[in-house]
Amino acid sequence: MLADFGAIGLFLIFAFVFAATMPLVTFTLTRIGWVRRKPNPVKNDTYECGLRTIGRSWVQFNFRYYFYALLFVLFDVVVIFLYPWAVGIRKLGLSAFVAVSIFVAILLVGYLYAWKKRALEWQ
Amino acid sequence: MPWNWFDRPLPADWPGGYWWHLLVFAVFIVGLTLTMVMIFIYLERRGVARFQIRPGPNRCGPFGIMQPMADAIKVLFKEDIVPDKADGVLHWLAPVVAFFPALLILAVVPFHNGAALVDLDIGILYVIAVSSISTLGVVMAGWSSNNKYSLIAAIRAIAQTVSYELPMVLSIIGVIVLTGSLSLNDIVARQSVPFIFFQPLGFLIFLIGLMAEMNRSPFDLMEAESEIVAGFHTEYSSMKQALFYLAEYAHAFGGAAIISTLFLGGWKGPILPPLVWLLLKTVLVFAIMFWARATLPRVRIDQFMGFLWKGLLPLALINLFFTAAEVLVWPDGLPLALIPINFVAAGFLIVVWSGLIKFGGGRVAVQ
Repeated sequence: MLADFGAIGLFLIFAFVFAATMPLVTFTLTRIGWVRRKPNPVKNDTYECGLRTIGRSWVQFNFRYYFYALLFVLFDVVVIFLYPWAVGIRKLGLSAFVAVSIFVAILLVGYLYAWKKRALEWQ
Repeated sequence: MPWNWFDRPLPADWPGGYWWHLLVFAVFIVGLTLTMVMIFIYLERRGVARFQIRPGPNRCGPFGIMQPMADAIKVLFKEDIVPDKADGVLHWLAPVVAFFPALLILAVVPFHNGAALVDLDIGILYVIAVSSISTLGVVMAGWSSNNKYSLIAAIRAIAQTVSYELPMVLSIIGVIVLTGSLSLNDIVARQSVPFIFFQPLGFLIFLIGLMAEMNRSPFDLMEAESEIVAGFHTEYSSMKQALFYLAEYAHAFGGAAIISTLFLGGWKGPILPPLVWLLLKTVLVFAIMFWARATLPRVRIDQFMGFLWKGLLPLALINLFFTAAEVLVWPDGLPLALIPINFVAAGFLIVVWSGLIKFGGGRVAVQ
């Protein structure tokens, strides 16, 4: 199995190099003068619909999906536990089904609480 | 039941030897992706044009089929503008990071019985893991451009991808419950009937999740022209911008290939060779995607998130447990009589659930 991931790793390098060569083509063409490059302050300014940008963009930013991120972590962990169960469902049988149902039901309580508290709305 | 005479499995190292196998498949996957991207771009532009009652590109070559080629050459000779305030290295790296995961997705998709670059035994988990890397490229682009629109787009990209991963992953579990295997080759091999018939709801949820994750319209909130200019690629030009474009369509191809593999029977089909069947199904899925783009207006961000958390996620969970119960009752394969029951149940759930939920106050507070 490790050999399989070796192949994946080699293909990853291949894909990355392939993707990286494409901007390099334009870069090379600019270097040898086939593509003109005439920078000027207006052209290289930050685009903001014709207005001058005030300040930087690298600022502290209120991203408004704190609750989503928390709930995502919650459900992603559930999913990780569900995958092995799904693969072995025929061998594990009814008892595992009941166990998983209880497991998900406990998390659903938290989900319903979040819904009730209006945490699922984009604020 | 053998489907046709193409059904014989290929050996795992098909043309002979580890390195030949790797080389042939790597070149094949890259070539196929680029070709399909061109075909997709052509189909989408012509198709959407037909929806809008205009001819679309029809000047380059017969019926305009050379248009993507002409665009590619044009974009190669464009000036590469990097804003003065941008972070140069990240700005350069972002499109590359956004593009290459699309190729990695296709590494595990079987094009024929047993013919994939690698038939990983955790194939579908690998696909989920790899497909979310491209978000990193989008975030890098948004951050490095030093542009406020790009930054907003990047933040939206995270919220979108993080959230829509959940229903996708849950609907995949429905398929895994049916097959009992995570390898994509096994999943295709066990579909004597395409799983869309046993998983109609799972298919719909996966398709919507896919469209959101590929940021296709109606869910293309991170490049919503009416709100944030061009989103994360506002400051991009030349080949780097084209690479983002390429990444979007390559992802659409990768995603369509995965959805055909999981739900539509992958390479299986009568008469035609398996590769042709896979590509036909891919084009069909993509046609649904651009149909949705032409028909539906873009959703608002609060509707979008509400739709996911209140609509798709509970439905995906119900679908999963419904399927699990079916499999426990019939462990040796589901009877065909379940197909109409599944469709009725899916339709009933959608109707009932859409009556149950409502999307908050519908107000986005702007401060």
